[in-house]
Amino acid sequence: MNNVVSLNIFRFIILALTQVLICNHINFLGYINPYIYILFIILYPLKNNRMLFIFLSFLLGLTVDLFLDSGGINAAAALSIAYARPVILKFSFGMQYEHQTMKLNAVEFGSKFTYIAIMTILHHIILFSLEIFSASRILLVLQKTLFSSIFTIILCLLLSVIFSRENK
Amino acid sequence: MQQIINFIIRNKTFLLFLLLFSISILFTIQSHSYHKSKFINSANFLTGGVYNSINNISSYFNLKSQNQQLAEENNRLRMVLYGSESKKDSVYFDSIQFTSLYKFTPANIIKNSYSSTNNLLTLNKGAKDSIKQDFGVISSKGIIGIIDRTSNGYATVISVLNTTSQISAQLKKTNHFGTLTWNSESPELVQLIDIPKIAPVQVGDTIVTSGRSSIFPKNVLIGVIEDFKLDQAENFYEINVRLFNDMTNLEHVYVIQNIDKPEITKLLDE
Repeated sequence: MNNVVSLNIFRFIILALTQVLICNHINFLGYINPYIYILFIILYPLKNNRMLFIFLSFLLGLTVDLFLDSGGINAAAALSIAYARPVILKFSFGMQYEHQTMKLNAVEFGSKFTYIAIMTILHHIILFSLEIFSASRILLVLQKTLFSSIFTIILCLLLSVIFSRENK
Repeated sequence: MQQIINFIIRNKTFLLFLLLFSISILFTIQSHSYHKSKFINSANFLTGGVYNSINNISSYFNLKSQNQQLAEENNRLRMVLYGSESKKDSVYFDSIQFTSLYKFTPANIIKNSYSSTNNLLTLNKGAKDSIKQDFGVISSKGIIGIIDRTSNGYATVISVLNTTSQISAQLKKTNHFGTLTWNSESPELVQLIDIPKIAPVQVGDTIVTSGRSSIFPKNVLIGVIEDFKLDQAENFYEINVRLFNDMTNLEHVYVIQNIDKPEITKLLDE
């Protein structure tokens, strides 16, 4: 139990710092940045205190906002995917999730990909619509969402594969 | 009463979500209006400190290009110094001319940003270096932005690459002035609007600050005209201006304080 808590605290700090110090300075093709801090929300333990989880996601988003001078856009986006996570989990993993028997690092690749992709796209849509904040520029929102999502999904899958421990 | 408490307990997650979501929307809306982002800005002790220590390392990476830029500026200033023969043999008779209207403070950019729609930069100088809101920021090549918020040791700058930024600018060869805005499409191009149709605009003309806003002195360089067209009403030009500054590679900047600004604002308020 203690191990899980310290692991998540460690993940929180490392992901927030990596996000603001490295990932937001990539600017691939001028504007494409990955938002890898949502890995914290994606990989958070499934059996959790939901209130605490939602609050921690909000705090993580707000920390990133603090560094990026972006108001509350990351906080709102992170909070929303944390709130919607049970629904997305049920959609991607079906019965396996409802029976409470699954572990996130021991599921088949297809459903894991669906799960990460839906979480990322939802996060990015909220993030960019709040950042641009104008209905007349919806094409720019969709364009940014599409390209940044591809980048984020690839990085999240790679990171979750590299850092997953083989629990037999 | 029992019912209400039951309702709150039943929906406590949703209510917490709603509460936190409205807080974040509030912060977002605040950050969209000028000078209102009170809590969430990177000029505080924690974020400024982290950026400063990282900048101590990362500033080595572009040392060469920054040195080059400073050497070019030195070269230009030296040419001005030795080129002005006319004033060499005369003495200032009016001692008022000695005191400059503007005070310059050198600073370093510790966080640059150019890819979002509202870009803010962070400087490593703040209130203890007597930097305040609405001071101008320039580099050796041209305009950068305006100071937004300051903490003790750090300050945030509203970059010209910010959709809320509006800076008064004019053509260098005539005095037709307009407003400098940004449409968030490219970090190299900004838009100059409200230049009257009668102005003789040509591709390649230089755009400078107009000195009307009491933030920037007159004739600070901005960029050259890339292309231009008339707006929908066909009364004003919309001009794309290519910036002299490479906004993606900034390090050494100068903060400008207008000594007379309190006097000017007092006059305007009356």
